[in-house]
Amino acid sequence: MGFLELDGLTKQFRGQRAVDGLSLTLERGEVLALLGPSGSGKTTTLRLLAGFEEPDAGRVVLEGVDVTPLAPVARRFGMVFQHYALFPHLDVGANVAFGLESRGVRGEELARRVEDALALVDLAGFERRPVAQLSGGQQQRVALARALAPEPRVLLLDEPLSNLDPALRERTRRELRALVRRLGITAIVVTHEQDDAFDLGDRIALLRQGRLEQLGTADELYAAPATAFVAGFIGRASDIPARVLSDRTADVDGFTWPVRWGVAAPAAAGAAARLLARPEGLRLAEPSPSRLTGTVTGRRFTGAVAYFSVDTASGATIEVAAPPSAAREGDTVGIEPAGTGLHLFPVGP
Amino acid sequence: MTRARRAGWWGWLLAAALAWIVAYPLFLVLIEGLRGAGGWTLDEVRRFASRPSEWQALWASLWLSAASVVLAGLIGVPLAFLFERVDFPGRRLLGALVALPAVLPPLVGVVAFLFLYGETGFAGRLVQSLLRLEDPPWRLAGPGAILLVHAYSMYVYFYLFGRAALSRLDGAMLEAASALGAGRWRTLRYVVLPHLRPALVGAALLTFMTSLASFSAPYIFGGGYRVMTTQIVFTRLNGDDRLAMVETTALMALALGAMALFRRADPGGSLASVGKGNAPSLARSGSAGARAGIAVAAWLLALVLLLPHLTLLLVSFVPVGTWTTETWPPAFSPGNYAALFSEPERLRPLLNSLWMATAATLTAVGVALAAGWLVVRSRVQAGRLIEGLLGLPWAVPGTVFAIALAALFSVHSPLTLRAVLVGTVWILPLAYLVRNLPITGRAILAGFRQLDPSLEEAAAALGASRARTFRRVVLPGLAPALAAGATLAFVTALGDFITSIMLYTYNTRPISMEILGSLRQGDVGVAAAYGVLLMLASAAVFALGARGEARA
Repeated sequence: MGFLELDGLTKQFRGQRAVDGLSLTLERGEVLALLGPSGSGKTTTLRLLAGFEEPDAGRVVLEGVDVTPLAPVARRFGMVFQHYALFPHLDVGANVAFGLESRGVRGEELARRVEDALALVDLAGFERRPVAQLSGGQQQRVALARALAPEPRVLLLDEPLSNLDPALRERTRRELRALVRRLGITAIVVTHEQDDAFDLGDRIALLRQGRLEQLGTADELYAAPATAFVAGFIGRASDIPARVLSDRTADVDGFTWPVRWGVAAPAAAGAAARLLARPEGLRLAEPSPSRLTGTVTGRRFTGAVAYFSVDTASGATIEVAAPPSAAREGDTVGIEPAGTGLHLFPVGP
Repeated sequence: MTRARRAGWWGWLLAAALAWIVAYPLFLVLIEGLRGAGGWTLDEVRRFASRPSEWQALWASLWLSAASVVLAGLIGVPLAFLFERVDFPGRRLLGALVALPAVLPPLVGVVAFLFLYGETGFAGRLVQSLLRLEDPPWRLAGPGAILLVHAYSMYVYFYLFGRAALSRLDGAMLEAASALGAGRWRTLRYVVLPHLRPALVGAALLTFMTSLASFSAPYIFGGGYRVMTTQIVFTRLNGDDRLAMVETTALMALALGAMALFRRADPGGSLASVGKGNAPSLARSGSAGARAGIAVAAWLLALVLLLPHLTLLLVSFVPVGTWTTETWPPAFSPGNYAALFSEPERLRPLLNSLWMATAATLTAVGVALAAGWLVVRSRVQAGRLIEGLLGLPWAVPGTVFAIALAALFSVHSPLTLRAVLVGTVWILPLAYLVRNLPITGRAILAGFRQLDPSLEEAAAALGASRARTFRRVVLPGLAPALAAGATLAFVTALGDFITSIMLYTYNTRPISMEILGSLRQGDVGVAAAYGVLLMLASAAVFALGARGEARA
């Protein structure tokens, strides 16, 4: 039995299932990233955990105790809101003290714990500053200090980095990860950014239309995607029509490529399938009748490698990673498989 | 679920209470106009339709309101452009002074006009003595006088709405227009005016409804010239209650019809919000001479607009019985103010108005807070109904409500939810409350909507009880809206004349009735002193509002 369990959580809004039978288990001290496109139900899941929404079905169990019927006040979950929700009429110190006061902390202990919480996020001495005068990054850290000060049992973070500009975002992400690891707190981070999820989450739960698509470490999700959606959402992949030959091979435009079946039960030989191909799972080669060939229509330079878009005769566009000088736009090139990174899925959603 | 269901019940309860004091009285007016001694009858309606004076009054209300809109727009819109788009010395100070007619409560403004432009007013006496005339040179009476007062007090709507919209005009939009080769007129026609349209429609609606409901000016200056509001009051004074009900229904229909027409003209609703942008740069008029000319003209204008206020102040220092035929009052003393506070009979109306306005405002704020919580936060089913009922008194002239509340609360009949309150101290605060509901309701509901709901969730996540969340997070967040709604409601109730004249008793007479009484007795100084107090109260509220806006 885990520290925090989500057991069949379901929530409907006007007949639409925002969260659909979601079950997850977190160990104590684990950080889970809830990743998914907008509308996948990740924020609703977080709000169900915090108690702001009541589930239509399912339970939230913390240390073996069902907390589903408890009001947010009684759950002792800390929450960092997407837009921080700092109280604008209170200064930094009063914001951080708010949760402590709710729990009856007063006097010197209150001052000490506010000080500690602010020191934790590197804002020592900021007690008397109005929150409106803080930068975006500082506001984010005040929100974090405010959530941590009452020593919550679980920390919930709703898109904690989405309001920061790219440079600040990366630094804040590093600091956030270091802090959460150091405190050893159990945390759930909602994000729609793969980089945030990779960096912050010990494990990642990828959601789609309220359902759990795959749960695992970043490496597992990348190397062994369980569905075509996961393969397409995590990392880059070209979606190529193919036909099943065996449980290890597929036919792409008449050429036989070695593939990995993404699902447990491969389809029968001859069935149509989708090949999700990582750019590094392919390589460029001389055009020849024994290889898939196409025309380079684009080149995206990233430094060590470049990503070449190759249009094939059958109309597919395939992205291939190669040394930047490997080809130029307009060149006719051959494409061949290069080891792992070719994931085959049945046709369908 | 249970919490939501409980909120739902409270929602219906509040809607029912509001329906009882807002919709039910209007319904009774409708019914009582159709009832005679022997049951249902159309007799009174027929009598109404057959009296030419009724049609004249209806027509007068309609055309005076339309003319007020035109006049107020013709004054207010150019002023808005002048003060928002042209740079000249003294622009900021004068821009604020130009809005000053707004601090005169309707009756006080009328009294000030009487002292200034009336036949025995300063202007009249001055002309009379200069030209050595036997009689006053003019009489301030009839539709012209009413229109003059309306134009003076209502151009402010066009001016303030227009300026607000102009200040939100994105400078980049004007630059884009000129970069696309649009000339000055093309830009005005296709960029600026469409942007102003919602503001102008809003100002026109406000002016029209205020004119339609206007009572002080037609009552004091109208003489034999009747509009619907005065017609209703005189019919009522003649004891012809059932006919008054039909007249009231007609006025109500006119108001609601006008409202519907305006809504159609601007289906988008009130002021459309506009995206952020850089403020447009001010046009600097060419030569130094032109700028000086504009400045001088603007200062003169401000002086003319301030004359009523100054007149009121001056007359308030004229001792009782000293000013008879002289052009200029022969003596000044602060005696009137001393009398106001030392003579119990003079102090009484002040205290009456104070407690009644306070009680009405506090209740209205309480109702609005409950409505805000239920409508915005709990999203109860009755939400739209509650909001509609809160806003209804805005669309219905005050005279109508006075008649309607008098109808509801003059009969003892617990079964039909009627009780006798007319003649008691409770009827006026209740009337003020009903009239305050739209002001406080709109302000506080808007405040709730602007309040980020995640603030309350944050408080809950931090373990704060609902009471603590309300006290520490919701109330401070609502403070600006609360202050705006409450103070505006308070001064409106403090200076109320329209409902007071129909519902007051001698013991509960408010300031406005005492002003009228003093005028009738010729105590112009005392009347003016009361007026100055009301003016100062209004000015304080507007200053507060302006400061709140600057902070927001």
